[in-house]
Amino acid sequence: MLKGLKMKNKELLFGIGLFIVFALIPVIGSKYTIYFSTQLLFTILFATSLNLLVGHAGLFSFGHVGFYAIGAYAFTILYKTYGVPFGVSFVAGPLLAAVAAVIFGYFCIRLTKIYFTFLTLAFAQIIWAITFKWTPVTGGDSGIVGVTPPSFLIPLNNTYFLTLGVVAVLIYVMYRIAHSPFGLMLNVIRENPNRAEFIGVNVRLYQLIIFTISGFFAGFAGVLFVLLTRSIFPDVLLVTRSIDVVAMVIVGGMYNFWGPMIGAVVLLYLNSFVKVYTEYWLLVLGIILAVVVLFFPDGISGIFPWISARFKRLMARFKPRKGELSA
Amino acid sequence: MLRVEKVSKSFDGFVAVSQVSMTVKEGEIASLIGTNGAGKTTLFNLITGHLRSDEGEIYFKDRRITHLRPYHIVRLGIGRSFQRLNIFPRLTVFENVQAAVISYKKETLSFLRPRERLFEGETQRILDEVGLTAVRNEISGSLSYGYQKQLEFGIALAFEPELLLLDEPTAGLSAVGTSHAMELIVNVIKTRGTTLLVIEHDMHVVFSISDHIIVLHGGRVISDGTPEQVRTDPEVQKSYLGESL
Repeated sequence: MLKGLKMKNKELLFGIGLFIVFALIPVIGSKYTIYFSTQLLFTILFATSLNLLVGHAGLFSFGHVGFYAIGAYAFTILYKTYGVPFGVSFVAGPLLAAVAAVIFGYFCIRLTKIYFTFLTLAFAQIIWAITFKWTPVTGGDSGIVGVTPPSFLIPLNNTYFLTLGVVAVLIYVMYRIAHSPFGLMLNVIRENPNRAEFIGVNVRLYQLIIFTISGFFAGFAGVLFVLLTRSIFPDVLLVTRSIDVVAMVIVGGMYNFWGPMIGAVVLLYLNSFVKVYTEYWLLVLGIILAVVVLFFPDGISGIFPWISARFKRLMARFKPRKGELSA
Repeated sequence: MLRVEKVSKSFDGFVAVSQVSMTVKEGEIASLIGTNGAGKTTLFNLITGHLRSDEGEIYFKDRRITHLRPYHIVRLGIGRSFQRLNIFPRLTVFENVQAAVISYKKETLSFLRPRERLFEGETQRILDEVGLTAVRNEISGSLSYGYQKQLEFGIALAFEPELLLLDEPTAGLSAVGTSHAMELIVNVIKTRGTTLLVIEHDMHVVFSISDHIIVLHGGRVISDGTPEQVRTDPEVQKSYLGESL
């Protein structure tokens, strides 16, 4: 039955199916499962937002966690410290993350490859230093605790459903962006930025736009993190956090829209499982990354298309093709 | 249509292009020839904005284009293909051409519009023109060299350029492939009325298709005229054609 469906419809069905599964979790799951699934949802949002940069535009950012933290801190400071209404703070956090992304992005996109990556990492470290040292505003090392949400969000189930709703809408928006003409321009830039200029694409402008958009979505993930944990600390900006989310993108597969989601699910579940038996999670993560990079460079989501492409290429050897210039 | 006036370019003291002046008239097929290192590709890079000249001016349809960025120049009507393959390898053949069409139609900043069938007709027409319909859904990086050359040409056509710069379009092709490629290129540009400036090493091809030939040697223009004038130019005989013909 699925064979007759177009790829787009299959993906839509996959998305709806996933949403239904997540919507059923509070009905069938324990309190721990609901808590864990909320964490999973905003992590999926965070990883997918990073993949707009990495997978779609070819920009390897190691500082994406900076925008996650700016969203989280901005929301917390506005809502808790200054008493700004919840709804306004909820949207202002991501918007401020986007503003920060415009500023940082302006400098980062002037560099390429490893230099770009390290500048993004440097910016994340600057944000970490600010949150760590600007104690009167950010609480310094102690962070900000006791962020009590409005009464309707006190029950964990309600926080979960709000998170699910927000993540579903934002993932849908990101899906639309990835499959839009703008998304194709990002792919073109990723593949060959020099050639992209020769088809009329202002490469730096488009890179800055996607840097800003992905910063906005990362900021939303940060806000949802605070809603669940009701606190924020400079620890969220540690380099290991950046590595975790980059690993999700690589393990899931950066060239598939759903790849980071798969990576987030696999690594978060694996993390919770492994931690029961050993404290050396980073060792396990390192082994997983090595295996994926060496044997499955397109990640888990790339395994089946890879097998299918190999098979097609093998079959094509036996078929003559018309109109081909002979080399 | 294209006017290059006393353009020079050096790299760390090495003079790649020196005081080059040339013109290409509307509707003609012009060829740029010369030995390896003569400065042909550098001149293409200067015309299309990939490099900035040290001195001199470049005009396209009497508009000064010196120092404009490539994305700006291509929108003015100058298309280009490259010496080395320069496609988008992870995208399908259709997407390669569609991306160029979308950019030409200025739809690149549509964030939520589905792109799957966007400008499908226009894209398909180009694929038909360059003979790539049979492989339209294949990943372009997995295609043979010949197909990738055709695709490179197709991408350049998407902007409906008034002037097309082709850098060694037959490089790496067999004799049969070269003949087919040139037949395809000449047919398409004659049908479209496009002006062509081509870098080519195959002298039989150059002398059979060109209305006008410019010869570069050591970064300088040593001859500029009709195929017959160039063929009989003693300096060209001495420095270049003597070896080739």
